[in-house]
Amino acid sequence: MHRTGELYGHFETLEQQKESAALGMWIFLVTEVLFFGGLFLTYTINRHAFSTAFGIGSNTLDITLGAGNTVVLIMSSLTMAMAVWSAQVGKKKLVSIFLIATLALGTVFLGVKAVEYKQKFDHHLVPGRSFDMKYHPTHPMPGDDLKELALEKEEVDKAFAQDPDINAHGQLYFSLYFGMTGLHALHMIIGAGLLLWLIKGSFAGRFTPQYNTPVEIVGLYWHFVDIVWIFLFPLLYLIDRHR
Amino acid sequence: MQSQLPLYPEQASNFAPQVDALMLFITAICLFFAVAITAAIVIFFFKFHRKQPDAVGIAIHGDSRLEAVWMIIPLILAMAMFGWGAVVYVDYRHAPQDTLDVYMIGKQWMWKAQQPNGMREINELHVPVGRNIRLILASEDVIHDFFVPAFRVKMDVVPGHYNTMWFRPTKPGRYHFFCSQYCGTNHALMGGWVTVMEPSDYAAWLSGSSGGSVNPVVAGEKLFADKACATCHVADGTGRAPSLNGLFGAKVLLADGSTVVADEAYIRESILQPNAKIVAGYQPLMPTFQGQLTEEQILALIAYIKSLQSLPVPAKGAGIAPTTGKN
Amino acid sequence: MSDTLTAPLPGHKMPHEDYLNATYGIRSWLLTTDHKRIALLYLGSVTFFFFLGGIFATMIRIHLLTPTGALVTPETYNKLFTMHGVAMIFFFLIPSIPAVLGNFLIPLMIGAKDLAFPKINLLSWYIYIVGGCFVLYSFGTGGLDTGWTFYTPLSSVYSNSAVTPAVIGIFINGFSTILTGLNFIVTIHTMRAPGMTWFRLPLFVWAHYATSLVMVLGTPVIAITLLLVGLERMFHLGFFNPALGGDPILFQHLFWFYSHPAVYIMILPAMGVISEIIPTFARKPIFGYSFIAGSSIAIAVIGFLVWAHHMFVTGESTYAALTFSLLSYLVAIPSAVKVFNWTSTLYKGSISWDTPMLYAFGFIGLFLIGGLTGLFLACLGLDIHIHDTYFVVAHFHYIMVGGAVMGYVGGIHFWWPKITGRLYPEALSRVAAVTLFVGFNLTFFPQFILGYLGMPRRYHTYPPEFQVLNVLSTAGASILALGYLLPMLYLTWSMRYGKVAGQNPWPATGLEWKTDSPPPTENFHVTPEVTWEAYDFQNRPDLGLVAGASPLAPAHGDD
Repeated sequence: MHRTGELYGHFETLEQQKESAALGMWIFLVTEVLFFGGLFLTYTINRHAFSTAFGIGSNTLDITLGAGNTVVLIMSSLTMAMAVWSAQVGKKKLVSIFLIATLALGTVFLGVKAVEYKQKFDHHLVPGRSFDMKYHPTHPMPGDDLKELALEKEEVDKAFAQDPDINAHGQLYFSLYFGMTGLHALHMIIGAGLLLWLIKGSFAGRFTPQYNTPVEIVGLYWHFVDIVWIFLFPLLYLIDRHR
Repeated sequence: MQSQLPLYPEQASNFAPQVDALMLFITAICLFFAVAITAAIVIFFFKFHRKQPDAVGIAIHGDSRLEAVWMIIPLILAMAMFGWGAVVYVDYRHAPQDTLDVYMIGKQWMWKAQQPNGMREINELHVPVGRNIRLILASEDVIHDFFVPAFRVKMDVVPGHYNTMWFRPTKPGRYHFFCSQYCGTNHALMGGWVTVMEPSDYAAWLSGSSGGSVNPVVAGEKLFADKACATCHVADGTGRAPSLNGLFGAKVLLADGSTVVADEAYIRESILQPNAKIVAGYQPLMPTFQGQLTEEQILALIAYIKSLQSLPVPAKGAGIAPTTGKN
Repeated sequence: MSDTLTAPLPGHKMPHEDYLNATYGIRSWLLTTDHKRIALLYLGSVTFFFFLGGIFATMIRIHLLTPTGALVTPETYNKLFTMHGVAMIFFFLIPSIPAVLGNFLIPLMIGAKDLAFPKINLLSWYIYIVGGCFVLYSFGTGGLDTGWTFYTPLSSVYSNSAVTPAVIGIFINGFSTILTGLNFIVTIHTMRAPGMTWFRLPLFVWAHYATSLVMVLGTPVIAITLLLVGLERMFHLGFFNPALGGDPILFQHLFWFYSHPAVYIMILPAMGVISEIIPTFARKPIFGYSFIAGSSIAIAVIGFLVWAHHMFVTGESTYAALTFSLLSYLVAIPSAVKVFNWTSTLYKGSISWDTPMLYAFGFIGLFLIGGLTGLFLACLGLDIHIHDTYFVVAHFHYIMVGGAVMGYVGGIHFWWPKITGRLYPEALSRVAAVTLFVGFNLTFFPQFILGYLGMPRRYHTYPPEFQVLNVLSTAGASILALGYLLPMLYLTWSMRYGKVAGQNPWPATGLEWKTDSPPPTENFHVTPEVTWEAYDFQNRPDLGLVAGASPLAPAHGDD
């Protein structure tokens, strides 16, 4: 790892090195699109086949938390872009500040996700032996709005009448929910690790107008992870919203 | 019969001569190109063998017109192969109307066939020569494939789907069939014999069977009563559900305004996922029978409902779409 | 212009420092970032998997000598063909040419010091090893019996074999492929030496560029698909299991979306090798350079549009079948263009019969048969009969073994002097090449007939009337095995006892031949500047050939 942003031995010029790094990250992001793409395709096909179960599943997600998380992530992309800009104009202190802000916002996102996951676990909505879409409506938890819960129970009962296999199809929804958001969260955790590495480098003053490639390419990665969430949020949270 | 070292199986169905002709056509084209290119290479190999150790070849960088020629000619030939193959395939995928339908159920590692009159067979299929035969294929577990080399036909048997295939046997005899989609340990043992008989022999075989085979229509009728279908599906149309008289093969009007043809797949779906398609004017009241009926029982019910095809359709209380511009 | 190398010395020792002797010790190999050493690391590991897959194949062919197959039980047989497929496809064929020859040669061919991301290159190898370990673990603890195609619900629900570690291993290995492809694309874009324009690139580089596009776009899809199969198996989910609402056909679409382009990952690099060998041993430029370069890209692109030709008899809609059949015929055209161009290159060449050229001829002949038989399978009406029979087995072995492996072995021979600084024994290598060709045809041609007669694939037992052809096939396999063993032996021998090669023994025109054999670690002492076109034998006095000499009779040339 070069501390002063010098040329790696196998490159001829710094320009070549920078160009290679950027192109490499773009190609990597294309592979990520195809990787997530398979999951999105599976989701779309199953959503079409089992719209009732998917609608009910979607309704169990907390739209406030989801929307809040979306805002958090978009803001983190802003702070990330600001970090890149700061490096490009040589404001080294700002680089560190914006990187830390990005990391903080990312951590908030992951924290909210953890809260949501716990909620799903408590409501017996994690695919597996104890999965039961009827569980929460019939087992109120502290802090639940009982009127809301009664409406939910009515909906679930109607859904069961329409699709007796709703627990199986609901498990498909939640498998995809955990799979897609889990994969996304994994990418965010990796992103957080990259940000920590960048923050360390920024404290050492590594990033200058002449050399800020690592910030730029981590920025690309971070924006991509944000964009994936922009697609996930409506697909998972916003379908069949009628309450 | 077959020579000592045969190159192709017997031709015993309407498709066999077509497929073989197609094969010979493609072989001829491929042989021509293979021989031409091989000859060119061998000739060049010897004719332009290096004479002096430091000689170089004559630089010829390319010829766009030649490139065009050997792109366009193969393209035309390829389209011919595609076209002929497509014609045969489209014929194969659209069974004629007047077929004799046999149900084939594949499971690890055996085949169960069920004739129209209920006669059951295991790893055997008896069919009359000269009739159009349609097989309706279902799987009880993994993907299998029903393949008769002498007929040149095969079709996958996929769990959760019905697939159909058809052929017309043209020569009496016994022909091997194989499972040709890998399905586990005894995939290679999951074969049997198709026996093609003269129509009179076939009829005799059908009726002269030993006991143990119930006419599926009779079995279906019994199920219809046992499972209380008749409680709602009253024949005169006065029940909570549409009458099933004349239903099979007709167009049904659904609640969302669309129509669907009442074929085997529709009836199966209506039994297992009754609220997938609601008939116009009716409530989604029917419970599902998922998990309560085996594939064979579903087939029996379908056979019974088919048998109601020619019964009079009540004026009110059938789900059938009106053919005239009424409503 | 040429780098300094004195005349080859007799004896075993190399007179200069090169990438092999620059540093010593196991750490210098396991922690290397030199693309040439990484290529050799791959050479060792892919050879191991080739050997393993070959042992499985040997057992299969011995078992099939008799109709009832007395060598192994049905369960074991099913594991043998599955493990043969998995080992050969994912751990031998897909990495072989790109990871061994591509890694070694691409920087040399474009005048660079290394690939764009040397550390990621090493990481790719380690990822491959980890993936391989998972798969070996699966093989060793119960084996795998789902077929390399992992069709559901057999693989996700019904199989009792070690499916989960295997799919995890293949999933991990996918990232090795992706990173290699990524490395190649960036390298070819950004690291070409001055004067090395796109249309002066060797066709080997074009072939690898096209291959890398496929690697990068296709592999993520198989990764996610196998991950879903593994999750389905571990947590009883229902993506592909009809009993839980899933769809087995969805699995097939996702699987083949990668696995069809994967076959182009396997053949395009071999075509690249042939495009280097033929001009070298005919001593003239390739005929139709831009058409060959373009056809590589065309194959890569169209190859993504034909996947459902593996599903003509699944009950997919007739419209889908018609579309995929039509597109499958289209993808044949660029391959035909290559064969015509290679053949035309021989016309008025100065042709020598050196071993790499023999492999190239073998490749063309066998790829021709394999490719032409693809036309049978793309034909809808025919496919109803020959799908899932030995006809398919013969077709893909002609392309993958007769094509890709011949290309790989031919390439190893062609660049052996550059990689090791040694020559292999020519007489023995020609014998091996011919043995391979004969053995291969005897093994696989009878299988076309077997398939048309109706013998399905993946059968551990078969009707007695198929025995004669099976025996012929097994006899051929024994000759084929000899054809593979011989190079393993004499190439190893040559590393210590072979004649010293010199910088450019053939001679060939590529940049890789303008540096020492073996090359120094930094490839070139001085960054080359390219002012000549590819395969330009006329304007290269440094090759020591007679420019403009007619290859025909010394008087005025006829024709």
